[in-house]
Amino acid sequence: MEGVDGSNSGTKAMIRLENLTKTFPGQTEPAVEDLSMEIYEGEIVVFVGPSGCGKTTTMKMINRIIEPSGGRIFLNDEDVTTTNSDKLRRRIGYVIQQIGLFPHMTIADNIATVPKMLGWDKKRISERTDELLETVGMDRSYRDRYPKELSGGQRQRVGVARAMAADPPIMLMDEPFGAVDPITRERLQDEFLRLQEEIKKTIVFVTHDIDEAIKMGDRIAILREKSVIAQYDTPERILTDPADEYVENFIGAGASLKRLSLSKVRDIKTSEWPVARLTDSPDEVKELLRKSGKDYVLLLDEDRKPKRWVGLEELELNGVPLRNAGWPAVAIVEGKSSLYETLDTMITSYKGSAIVVDDRGRYESIVDFGTVLQAIEEMRPEENRVGGGA
Amino acid sequence: MNSMGFFEYLASRWDDLLELSIEHAQVVLISLLVATAIGVTLGVLTYRRPAAAQAVLAVASAILTVPSFALFGLLIPILGLGYTPTVVALSCYAVLSILRNTITGLQSVDPAVTESAKGMGLSDWQQLFKIEMPLAWPVIIAGIRVSALLILGIAAIAAYVNGPGLGGDIFSGLSRIGGANSLNLVLGGFLGIIVLALVFEVLFALLGRLTTSRGLN
Ligand SMILES: Nc1ncnc2c1ncn2[C@@H]1O[C@H](COP(=O)(O)OP(=O)(O)OP(=O)(O)O)[C@@H](O)[C@H]1O
Ligand SMILES: [Mg+2]
Repeated sequence: MEGVDGSNSGTKAMIRLENLTKTFPGQTEPAVEDLSMEIYEGEIVVFVGPSGCGKTTTMKMINRIIEPSGGRIFLNDEDVTTTNSDKLRRRIGYVIQQIGLFPHMTIADNIATVPKMLGWDKKRISERTDELLETVGMDRSYRDRYPKELSGGQRQRVGVARAMAADPPIMLMDEPFGAVDPITRERLQDEFLRLQEEIKKTIVFVTHDIDEAIKMGDRIAILREKSVIAQYDTPERILTDPADEYVENFIGAGASLKRLSLSKVRDIKTSEWPVARLTDSPDEVKELLRKSGKDYVLLLDEDRKPKRWVGLEELELNGVPLRNAGWPAVAIVEGKSSLYETLDTMITSYKGSAIVVDDRGRYESIVDFGTVLQAIEEMRPEENRVGGGA
Repeated sequence: MNSMGFFEYLASRWDDLLELSIEHAQVVLISLLVATAIGVTLGVLTYRRPAAAQAVLAVASAILTVPSFALFGLLIPILGLGYTPTVVALSCYAVLSILRNTITGLQSVDPAVTESAKGMGLSDWQQLFKIEMPLAWPVIIAGIRVSALLILGIAAIAAYVNGPGLGGDIFSGLSRIGGANSLNLVLGGFLGIIVLALVFEVLFALLGRLTTSRGLN
């Protein structure tokens, strides 16, 4: 995870904003003042900040839904500040919170809007529509339905599909998952992140929810009033090393716990543990226990799935088959689980450790409380560490 | 000529009445077309500018307050008698509700829809023709329907300028009320207009259904 942090040198700036300013007509104070930033190719950059700080205004200047009053916009080093705005917008996917599907058009026609304008032939459009519906997890039978016949979550998916229709390299998303219930939102977020793994678009994502920012962002820009950048960095660094009090306050309580949600079990050092088979004889297991110097052994079934923990005491109880000895092996996590989930599992199951399994549920290793604590310690910037670090 | 019963009268003159009704419907339809062209055009030009929209609506409303006799009378020195002044006067009356509904319909399009259209790179004209007009259409057609009913009645007064339609019978009946068949003439004209109104209602309901996207109702 250390590789993700840092200056990201070597990556190309896909969007460059230079001294961007917007003063709305009739207002004396600018809504966005002198904003300069670079957004790298293939990254999700999240604008986050309090209501009214200028996130939406900034984002809408990138596709010139709002024309800047000053400054320049570069896409791929091309100055697009004054080019034809309709043509510019066809290169940029755009998703807003209210979605704005065209109610009089079918789902297929909604999705086909930009490809049609770009003059694609019928067959290509139709294939692309099917492909996109599949990508956003919707059945083809939805093609001929109308927006009013969809649920909020489905509309949001269609909104994303429509924005991606002509495969624009850039997507602008203004609180795209803001109008759905928390469970649907989480699912849409997960799906979108999975999708992004494949499509690697350059995405500007606006939210006022710091947790969503941490989850979605490769990089987060925390904005103050007038879109002044308070900190522009990776979620990891923002959480462990907030630039100032404003950022700290914005992250709110529980920064360390939030930080844990960004690290995966596979990123930290897990440990070996003595394991035996359910089919082994109790004597073999006792012998193993003695040699290992631990108090318990983990018993696995024939598929190497963890089943039970047993200690010496339980093994001494004659007549109890291993299958029923000791206590069940709960507190199981995967390599891709976050440390947050891992800690939660440990606490919920009253165990000071969790069993790490692979994606098929087979035993891999053990992670204990101490290891997680040490990982937290290592996340802190050097100067703040308690013991000088490892 | 002796007075006859109304049904007897209908039986003897139904072919004349049918012809007059068709004339009546024709002049109303032509006036509606003209008014729709004017009303929709003005609406499209002004719906984004509240002040301009207010202004054209005020003018269209003012026209509606001019008594129809006065308007027809005013047109005689300019356009003479007959078809032309009839169409002009009826169109003037029909503009208001078409214009008002065009403006309301276009203004009530969900801003999120227009913004996403703009964000996808639709030009102003594409937004208007592909998105806003289809969405405003049910409201516009309702305006045309109201205008149709309004001018079906007013068209009868066109007889004053020798215009076509059922008005002739009504006027001549009224002018010699008490005389033979005078009441039948008036009633026949009324009946024709009522039947036309029903026919128009049915046709507009059908037209509305056929031209409105299934996604909108
Ligand atoms: N069209 C407009 N005309 C005038 N002022 C505007 C306009 N749009 C935004 N503003 C003002 O600009 C400032 C920034 O607004 P903006 O919508 O960018 O905020 P935001 O960060 O997106 O807020 P939120 O989280 O509530 O969406 C606000 O003070 C707002 O009132
Ligand atoms: Mg906003």
